[in-house]
Amino acid sequence: MEKVLLPLLGGILIGTSSSIILYTLGRITGISGILSVVFNPKIQSNHWKISFFMGLIGGGFLLRVVSPDLFDYSIGKSESLITILSAGFLVGLGTRLGNGCTSGHGVCGLPRLSPRSIIATLTFMAVAILTVIAKKMVVAL
Amino acid sequence: MKVHVVSFIAGLIFSIGLVISGMTNPDVVIGFLDITGEWNYSLAFVMAGAVTLNFFSFKYILKRKPILSPEHLLPTKKDLDVRLILGATLFGIGWGLLGICPGPGIVNLSLGTQEILLFMLALIFGLFIHDFLLRKRDD
Repeated sequence: MEKVLLPLLGGILIGTSSSIILYTLGRITGISGILSVVFNPKIQSNHWKISFFMGLIGGGFLLRVVSPDLFDYSIGKSESLITILSAGFLVGLGTRLGNGCTSGHGVCGLPRLSPRSIIATLTFMAVAILTVIAKKMVVAL
Repeated sequence: MKVHVVSFIAGLIFSIGLVISGMTNPDVVIGFLDITGEWNYSLAFVMAGAVTLNFFSFKYILKRKPILSPEHLLPTKKDLDVRLILGATLFGIGWGLLGICPGPGIVNLSLGTQEILLFMLALIFGLFIHDFLLRKRDD
């Protein structure tokens, strides 16, 4: 249940959300793009991204109240400050440079069979896997 | 107004999907990326669910006009350039380091811990550095 059904249901909700955005607004749901607009809202036609962002944040707070057990984990507790800051910086810079992240390239690009998204997804998946393995080896030293 | 209501609700649904699927939990993400350990395959089902649904729904949706917008605005870039590969590589390193990508980063702000706030501030700084450098180059 925990390893198959909930992830599958979660994936279907993520797909439903991005399908709603494409069906109503004709846009791709890319979270890194949404985030960059929230802090730099110059173009009027991008203002839906601010509402989507509020929904994302709101969902987090709502679930924390309704079902705190879902947040039974911590982030970066045993990590150094430099790891936390580098991770954030690289995610921000990399997703802007590559025009997308797990949502824009993965969830929305793969179903469209976009060559750019397929290449991007394969690249960040492979690099993330290598990074986790490399980090494990460094920690083991 | 309709646009904002729809976007807010879609954001809520996305958020709930991320949390119940395990995507917001960095232990689950690292367990999925660490193929040399005891592999946690659960996130494969998240991608499978989202991508399969969108594969069929996008086909249907793209045949008609969007209901709140005059036309579809899809990415038009086609070239597989250095920027794409470099960007995906940097993102992959950052994602692998902590197990948090942009969506889960936003949703996890509700944790309110120092670590997630610092991570998100660094992420936003990364976005700005990119926009700043690019504008400089274009001048």
